[in-house]
Amino acid sequence: MNAIQAIGAKTLSKIATFGRAGQMLFGALVALPTLKNVHLTVKQMYVVGVQSLLIIIVSGLFIGMVMALQGYTILVGYGAEGSLGPLVALSLLRELGPVVTALLFAGRAGSALTAEIGLMKATEQLSSLEMMAVDPLRRVVSPRFWAGFISMPMLALIFSAVGILGGYLVGVDWLGVDAGSYWSIMQATVEWDKDVMNGVIKSIVFAIVVTWIAIFKGYDCIPTSEGISKATTQTVVYSSLAVLGLDFVLTALMFGIE
Amino acid sequence: MNRAKTELLVGLFVVLTIAAGLLLALQVANQNMSTDGESYTLYAKFDNIGGLKPRSAVKVGGVVVGRVASISLDKEDFTPVVALSISSQYSAFPETSSVSILTSGLLGEQYVGFQPGFSIDGIENLQDGDYIADTKSALVLEDLIGQFLFSRGDD
Repeated sequence: MNAIQAIGAKTLSKIATFGRAGQMLFGALVALPTLKNVHLTVKQMYVVGVQSLLIIIVSGLFIGMVMALQGYTILVGYGAEGSLGPLVALSLLRELGPVVTALLFAGRAGSALTAEIGLMKATEQLSSLEMMAVDPLRRVVSPRFWAGFISMPMLALIFSAVGILGGYLVGVDWLGVDAGSYWSIMQATVEWDKDVMNGVIKSIVFAIVVTWIAIFKGYDCIPTSEGISKATTQTVVYSSLAVLGLDFVLTALMFGIE
Repeated sequence: MNRAKTELLVGLFVVLTIAAGLLLALQVANQNMSTDGESYTLYAKFDNIGGLKPRSAVKVGGVVVGRVASISLDKEDFTPVVALSISSQYSAFPETSSVSILTSGLLGEQYVGFQPGFSIDGIENLQDGDYIADTKSALVLEDLIGQFLFSRGDD
C-alpha cells in the first residue's frame, strides 16, 4: 500500500512543480521590461548573449567546416560536389543551427542562470527583495527570461551564418569546389520563409523552453549547496532532452509532409 | 562592468546578428529573385511534369529567366498546367517558342527549358496569360524502359 501511496504522492508533487513553473513563467511574462528597467534586461543580454558569442562562433565555424569536409568526400564520388552549398546551408539552417545553439546555450548560459538564482535563493537575497517590497519575479526573473528569449534566436542566426562561411572556407578555399556553384545552387535551393524562418521559429521555441527550465530550476531549488548543484545538473539534462524531443516534433510539423 | 560598456557590447551583439541575418537573406536565400515584382505569367500544358516543383527554375540556354509559379491539373482534360512566372526584362518571346522539362546533370533537379522560337512577320510575341503550345514532357525512366522493351519485341 505504501508503494502505491508513494507513486501517488510523487505524481502529485510533479504536477505541482508544473503548476509552480507555470505561475513563475506567467509572472515573468507579465513583467515586460519597461523603459525604466530595460537596462536590467540589457545587462542580462550581455551575460547570456554576448558572453556566449565566443563558444557559438567557434562551434559554428568548426561544425560548418566538418560538414563541408564530410559532405565533400561523399558528394565527390557522384560528381555532385556543387551541391555542397545546399547541403551545408540546409542542415545548418534547419537543424544544427537551432539545436546545437540551444544545447550550447543550456550548458553555457542556462546552468549559470540556475546557479545564480539558486544561490540568490539560498542566501535569502530573494526573500530580502520581497521584504523591501521589490517583486523578485519582476526584478530578477523577468529580465533574465527576456534576455534569454531574445538572445538565443540571435545566437542561432549567427551560428548558421558562421557555419556557412566555415563550409565555404573548407569547401571552396581548401577542397576547390567552385565558388559560383557553392553560392548559386545554395541560393536556388534555400527558401527564405521555408528554411530560414522555420529555423528561427525553432530557435524561438527552444529559447523559451531552455530559459524557462533554467530559471525555474534555480527559483525552485532546495536552498542548500547540494540542492543548487542538483538543480544545475537538472537544468542541463532536462533542457537538452526537451530541445531534442521538441526538435523532432517541430521538424515533423514543418518539413514532414509536403 | 559599467552600464555604458555593457550597452556597447550588447549593441555589437545586435549588429552582428543583423549582419548574419543579411548574409542569410541576400547571399544564402537570395531574396532578390522572388521579391523582383516585375514579372508576367505564361502557361504551358504538359503530358507529364515528372519531378518539377513550384519555384523550379525557367532557363533560356542556361540563363535563369523566371520560376515555376504553380502547378495544377486542368479540370477538363486532366493534363498538368504549369504557370511560369517570367521576369519582365525578358518580354519579347515569339509565339513559336517551346518549353521542355529537363534535368540538370544526371541526378540534379528538374527545370523548365525555354526555347525561343523564330520570329517573322505575322507572328506575335507571347503576352501575359498566354499558353505555350509547343511543349515536351519530362523523361520518365519507366516509360523509356517500356518503349525499349516494346521495340525489342517487334524485332
